[in-house]
Amino acid sequence: MKKIAYQNIDKLYGELASNLDLYMPIKKAGALNFEKYENGKEADIETLQTVKSVKDLFFPQVEHFVDFKTDGTKIDVIDTREIRSEFAIFGVRACDLKSLEVLDKVFLQEPVDSMYKNKRDNAVIFTLACQNPHASCFCKVFDIDASSPKGDVECHLTNGVLYLNPITEKGANLVNKLTCLEDATSESVDLNKQEIKAKIDALPFSNLDLSVFKGENLMELFDRKEWEELSKACLGCGTCTFICPTCQCFDVRDFKTNNGVKRFRCWDSCMYSEFTKMAAENPRKNQMQRFRQRFMHKLVYYPSNNGGLYSCVGCGRCVKKCPQSLNIVKVIKKLGDK
Amino acid sequence: MVNEVLIPHIGVITDIRKDTPDVKTFRVVGLDGKKVFEHMPGQCAMLSIPGVGEAMFSITSSPTNTEFMEFSIKKCGCLTSWLHAMTVGQQVTIRGPYGNGFPVTTDFKGKNMLFIAGGIGLAPLRSVINYIRDNRQDYGTIDIVYGSRSMDDLVDFREIEEEWKNEKDFNVYLTIDREQEGWNGHVGFVPSYVKEVNIPTDRTAVLCGPPIMIKFTLQALLELGFNKTQVYTTLEFRMKCGVGKCGRCNVGNKYICKDGPVFRMDQLQELPSEY
Repeated sequence: MKKIAYQNIDKLYGELASNLDLYMPIKKAGALNFEKYENGKEADIETLQTVKSVKDLFFPQVEHFVDFKTDGTKIDVIDTREIRSEFAIFGVRACDLKSLEVLDKVFLQEPVDSMYKNKRDNAVIFTLACQNPHASCFCKVFDIDASSPKGDVECHLTNGVLYLNPITEKGANLVNKLTCLEDATSESVDLNKQEIKAKIDALPFSNLDLSVFKGENLMELFDRKEWEELSKACLGCGTCTFICPTCQCFDVRDFKTNNGVKRFRCWDSCMYSEFTKMAAENPRKNQMQRFRQRFMHKLVYYPSNNGGLYSCVGCGRCVKKCPQSLNIVKVIKKLGDK
Repeated sequence: MVNEVLIPHIGVITDIRKDTPDVKTFRVVGLDGKKVFEHMPGQCAMLSIPGVGEAMFSITSSPTNTEFMEFSIKKCGCLTSWLHAMTVGQQVTIRGPYGNGFPVTTDFKGKNMLFIAGGIGLAPLRSVINYIRDNRQDYGTIDIVYGSRSMDDLVDFREIEEEWKNEKDFNVYLTIDREQEGWNGHVGFVPSYVKEVNIPTDRTAVLCGPPIMIKFTLQALLELGFNKTQVYTTLEFRMKCGVGKCGRCNVGNKYICKDGPVFRMDQLQELPSEY
């Protein structure tokens, strides 16, 4: 284990960033998001959560991958995928790390998504234990341990000291290169883990009951009348899907430029009315159907294809951001309350 | 870096046949003049005109055709209107094949088959029917019930009249929705015609057409004594990736693009009725 005094943390960022591209929570225009670290940028690892999750670094909101140049009847296809070399991400919380496991099962299954895999293979992830979990957090429900988030290097910020514990070889190789760190023992970190666990146990949603989403006959949930009431206030704005670390639906679109056509993929939302709209008809005509699809997918369909793994990590972003105060916690409670 | 499925190949349009007032059949080969990829009957491909859009179409030609692929496309939206405006020699992009296809080498093998199509629904079935014609020894009697709004809307009319009707042990039943001058055949909707024809229940049935036709034809088949495990259909959904990642065609725990588009009716029963 290594450590550095928190007051010298800029040295760590600077040294990391001189070795490879470093991404971390950076405040820009009042919003905290994962951005590339550069000297003078406002890095912040004390705030619990970024607005957009870490998925943005692996499955970016917009990703341009091919150009078409047309000349008369002919088309040229130009591969424009970005090829990444090793990069580091600092300050990833346990929930966001777990979301990568959820996304892996989608993007790394055959046929492998080359763009996602390239980033996954080249990322060194420094996680950060959640010193002050928020009342909207419910990662414990999904067996995620925010006191010991793992990753390539697990970090703890306690009593003015940042501790770094390499977990993987990739993490150790990078940490061992850093000259700004001192050796450390694990006592403070062990104590810190216990404190965090106690805080998490006391959170209001930590004991949400998922039993209604376990066992047989889960398709009966599809016909529950509660969906009407649950979805009544939904505006279909899609905020929940954009900030959700596990939502992975995307659109593929073309952008015409003066110099050919750029094809890109971008985040999309099953909450939007046009998501399933075809020339002839739309299988999900109303917001209730779209709302139901999102939660059935997270709590029933996805787990049924992935050995019971839920497509929710309890980060609580939707709890905080939905303009109508709708969220997955309400869905779990309502459907569980037979 | 590994290949990216979303990056397409170039396809060249080598022939365009006008089937009906709003259906054209496009012949596509690669830049080398050969088929871009091999497929199985019932599988689909993503066609695109860069700058306009990309969409999933069933491959209507049989895999036994070694020279080219064909797509029968109905003009009904933005991309299909652009496709209909194309001329021979023009290039498009193509990627695939996608989907499970029909179980021609397993469940269908050795069976007497019944194909029921409505309108452009014939497109995916033509692939299986011609595959069977080229592997005749592996299948029994073939019944085909095909209906359209009018005689002008019957896709592949010439192939049906000149080739299918002359195949040994092929029974072709055509119908149109309303009386029309020059039409001496049956008039009426597909579901009721299926009951009239009274096809033996030993057939393995394949249904393709508009959802309303599928619904009532399935009902008719069940009334005739067919079992849901004998009836297959192929679904349509909006798709972007074709490989079960973009999330659009998710119904229940299935992705139509990769687990479908072909489903057996008893399997569909386990899915929410959102297709």
